[in-house]
Amino acid sequence: MKEEIIIAGFGGQGVLSMGKILAYAGLMNDLEVTWMPSYGPEQRGGTANVTVILSDRAISSPVLDTYDTAVILNQQSLDKFESKVKPGGTLIYDPYGIHHAPTRTDINVVAVNAMQAALEMNNTKTYNMILLGALLKQRPIVTVDAVMRGLKKTLPERHHKLLPLNETAIKRGLELA
Amino acid sequence: MQEEVKLMKGNEAIAHAAIRYGMDGYFGYPITPQSEVLETLEELMPWETTGMVVLQAESELAAINMVYGGASAGKAVMTSSSSPGVSLKQEGISYIAAAELPALIINVMRGGPGLGTIQPSQADYFQATKGGGHGDYHLIVLSPASVQEMADFVGLGMDLAFKYRTPAMILADGVVGQMMEKVVLPPARPRRTDEEIARQCPWAACGKNGRKHRNVVTSLELESPKMEENNRRFQRTYELIKQNEIRFEEYYTEDAEYLMVAFGSVARICLKAIEEAREQGLKIGLLRPITLWPFPTAELQRLGAKVKGMLVVELNAGQMIEDVRLAVEGAVPVHHFGRMGGIVPNPGEILDAFNNYFTEAK
Repeated sequence: MKEEIIIAGFGGQGVLSMGKILAYAGLMNDLEVTWMPSYGPEQRGGTANVTVILSDRAISSPVLDTYDTAVILNQQSLDKFESKVKPGGTLIYDPYGIHHAPTRTDINVVAVNAMQAALEMNNTKTYNMILLGALLKQRPIVTVDAVMRGLKKTLPERHHKLLPLNETAIKRGLELA
Repeated sequence: MQEEVKLMKGNEAIAHAAIRYGMDGYFGYPITPQSEVLETLEELMPWETTGMVVLQAESELAAINMVYGGASAGKAVMTSSSSPGVSLKQEGISYIAAAELPALIINVMRGGPGLGTIQPSQADYFQATKGGGHGDYHLIVLSPASVQEMADFVGLGMDLAFKYRTPAMILADGVVGQMMEKVVLPPARPRRTDEEIARQCPWAACGKNGRKHRNVVTSLELESPKMEENNRRFQRTYELIKQNEIRFEEYYTEDAEYLMVAFGSVARICLKAIEEAREQGLKIGLLRPITLWPFPTAELQRLGAKVKGMLVVELNAGQMIEDVRLAVEGAVPVHHFGRMGGIVPNPGEILDAFNNYFTEAK
């Protein structure tokens, strides 16, 4: 089993933390993981992306040409990564703020209205967790239980009261996709 | 603290490994992409548990001279920085090498020259392996390719530094500093006591301890014959290091018709390119030097007699390739593919470069 994932959007949308939670969940499921962020000035308001690889074998390159799965949160990232999804792969995107929808027909394209769902939940901070839920529905690479345990590890203890909210958001994402 | 499996960045792993090693002191000054080393140490507050000193100095110059001072007293001390900061430390590093002191210096390289960029680079290879500061000296230079090696090389580097009484450097790139991976942290051990230090480091300036004379730590020797004798001693140490400490890793070299040579994170990107190439029937192998100094010259010479050509891949304009060419001595063509200024190539790009140089291989 090996899953090569790119998550890309604006800095501040929770791209890096979503990748981090996924990586922790992989660790909980005894997988090898790498989490490679684009770091630097582009994180401030510009695009941010993270490559997450989960595998049951040792991982070579943390940097990739193509991906099994892409989670795309803005137009720039869609323009950049749509062509880099492997044939037969999965592209999950939020139509919010997208002017030119994906056109490829050789991949599984899934639109998830995550921003709208987050607004309905009266908490836009749940946005990335809704998308993570959608990702897990399409690609059940780790269990929701492992994600929750991963989340517990990444969240500082003073924020542990937010765990139920995050779980609700993940479940909302599972329904949406 | 027992052995522990964690998910963390390479920079964080260095901080955890240092405390668990029983390091006596860390002196540094923040700079991207390695600020997490100091940040993690401050967060873990080892001064309250092991008694390790963690100090943010007023500058890189202050930090390296604090290392000089700590090392003079036989303490296990370290500093970390990134390229421009490591340039500032070079005077101190030369002094530490000349005073024959153990110390650990970490460089998480970013794109230069000058202030450059904060993105990954390997453009300080020359600086790390060919001196950096003034005078005839060498550092033991370790090149980590994973978060695990970031943790492991803290102990290895410090141990080698004490064994040979010479500073060691971990020459990492921004990729291994910033990426998160699974890492097994070594079990913790206590810091050495003053008695242990006095016994293990009879050269240290930590009191007479029953001797008649006091130890003086200095790099100054105004009498030329004596200074030449000092230099001869340094060179004997370097010869010993070359005999004992060369480390490298090989993949697919048994049946390789071509060879890629790369260090640090780039070696892993090459490995992915090679695995893709092998699916197309191209028999490429990989040599990853783990010690950049001493360099695996003999092994490259051996492989040079076997393969048809080599591609050296680096995040620079061509630095390690000089050592590869010196090793191969013209036996086969040695080409270079490099990206600069903080750009990291992907596996496909590397394979394209290989195919462009070795058109006959297809």
